[in-house]
Amino acid sequence: MSNVPNELKYVASHEWIRDEGNGVVTIGITDHAQDLLGDVVFVELPDLGAEVAAGDDAGVVESVKAASDVYAPLSGEVIAINEALEDAPESVNSDPYGDGWFFQLKLSDTSELDDLLDADGYAAHCEAEG
Amino acid sequence: MGHKTALHAQHHALGAKLVDFSGWEMPLHYGSQVEEHHKVRQSAGMFDVSHMTIVDVSGAQARSYLRHLLANDVASLKQKGKALYSAMLNEKGGVIDDLIVYLMTEPDTSGEWYRVVVNCGTREKDLRWMADQALRFDVALTEQPELAMIAIQGPKARQRVEQVVSESRARLISELKPFVGQESEGWFIARTGYTGEDGLEIMLPDDEAEAFWQQLLDAGVAPCGLGARDTLRLEAGMNLYGSDMDEQTSPLEAGMGWTLALEPADRQFVGRDAVAALKASGVEQKLVGLVLTERGVLRAHQKVVVDGLGEGEITSGSFSPTLGFSIALARVPAGTGSSAEVEMRGKRVPVQVVKPPFVRHGEKVFS
Repeated sequence: MSNVPNELKYVASHEWIRDEGNGVVTIGITDHAQDLLGDVVFVELPDLGAEVAAGDDAGVVESVKAASDVYAPLSGEVIAINEALEDAPESVNSDPYGDGWFFQLKLSDTSELDDLLDADGYAAHCEAEG
Repeated sequence: MGHKTALHAQHHALGAKLVDFSGWEMPLHYGSQVEEHHKVRQSAGMFDVSHMTIVDVSGAQARSYLRHLLANDVASLKQKGKALYSAMLNEKGGVIDDLIVYLMTEPDTSGEWYRVVVNCGTREKDLRWMADQALRFDVALTEQPELAMIAIQGPKARQRVEQVVSESRARLISELKPFVGQESEGWFIARTGYTGEDGLEIMLPDDEAEAFWQQLLDAGVAPCGLGARDTLRLEAGMNLYGSDMDEQTSPLEAGMGWTLALEPADRQFVGRDAVAALKASGVEQKLVGLVLTERGVLRAHQKVVVDGLGEGEITSGSFSPTLGFSIALARVPAGTGSSAEVEMRGKRVPVQVVKPPFVRHGEKVFS
């Protein structure tokens, strides 16, 4: 069974969200998502400073098996991107909740945080997807 | 649940991600297919390929039958154990399957017989076709479903196998020439493979497979799944049936022209007239290699655009772990030169057109 840390929030499109406080969140893809993709070989990240709305495309993750869009789970400005993924995309597989993070947002509306799934909700969603 | 090979329990114990492959439950990878790929290029990996179909062809007319059935000519096999890669064509010159045939006896001796290994996904139609074509020959076709098959591939593969087998098998392996197989104490040991590396394919009774697999594991041979098998064969420029060619594809348009034995001219193999006519009139398409050195991964079915000539399609594409960028096989207009564009995710991306293979014995080989 894949790892779904309790302290994180999630969306149905398999991104995780860590609330860093002060309206800043870190975003990546879940252990379940990386397991479905297999070995990740390229990650395309959003531009620093870009404004994204919840549900927008915010990058692409390509594995040996498939290409998959990464969505912004919340609205805000991209204030950091994980440039280390350019040389070490395999971090997405080996450490999806740590070194494999994708980008950080400064939220434009922190109330959107209330719409996210908790660990149990996300685990149930994965279960239902089969 | 699908068919299981004799090594199913081993795969399960090793934590394999099992997937359905033509009705067989087979390992896709045991953690990381990229790491498995590197193991084969750098040392030794092993694959359970027991799902493949083994058919022995015997009888007084075994040779005449295979000379009728196959587009390559088994009469070129002059030595016991020698292997031949061939297409099996339909009357229209389309590829029913690609296969390996081994001459199992001295040539031109009474009791001469052959072993044919065909793809798993085409098993039923192959067996039906082979049986239909056998009607007017004095031959017997015997499937060998109780044989397991393990491919051990990589620069250290033969050495590792020699460490764990009996003395007589080890001696055989150390003396075995490339593309030759020999029987030893109930095993058939062939120096063949589907990775572009040195290595062996060993066919052995199902009930001996698990112990042998365990010995190989203990000797440091990495278990590898179908994922790595696919990237390895793609780097080696080897076709995959159903992707790079099928019954609608001529071998002349699938990079398989070298496997067509049109001499001697009086050998009437199935599909001969069709391929000879196409060869005379000239092909419209050809199979080439594509290289994308920028980021992104070429994928099967993406459209290839060749300036002034028209369009083609990627037949197999992936990331090349050895090269660090993406490569593909594609069917393109015959006049295609050294460059083309691929439509990827809504954009046209320039690619280099090369002659496969991409990698042999761990090294880049195209330019």
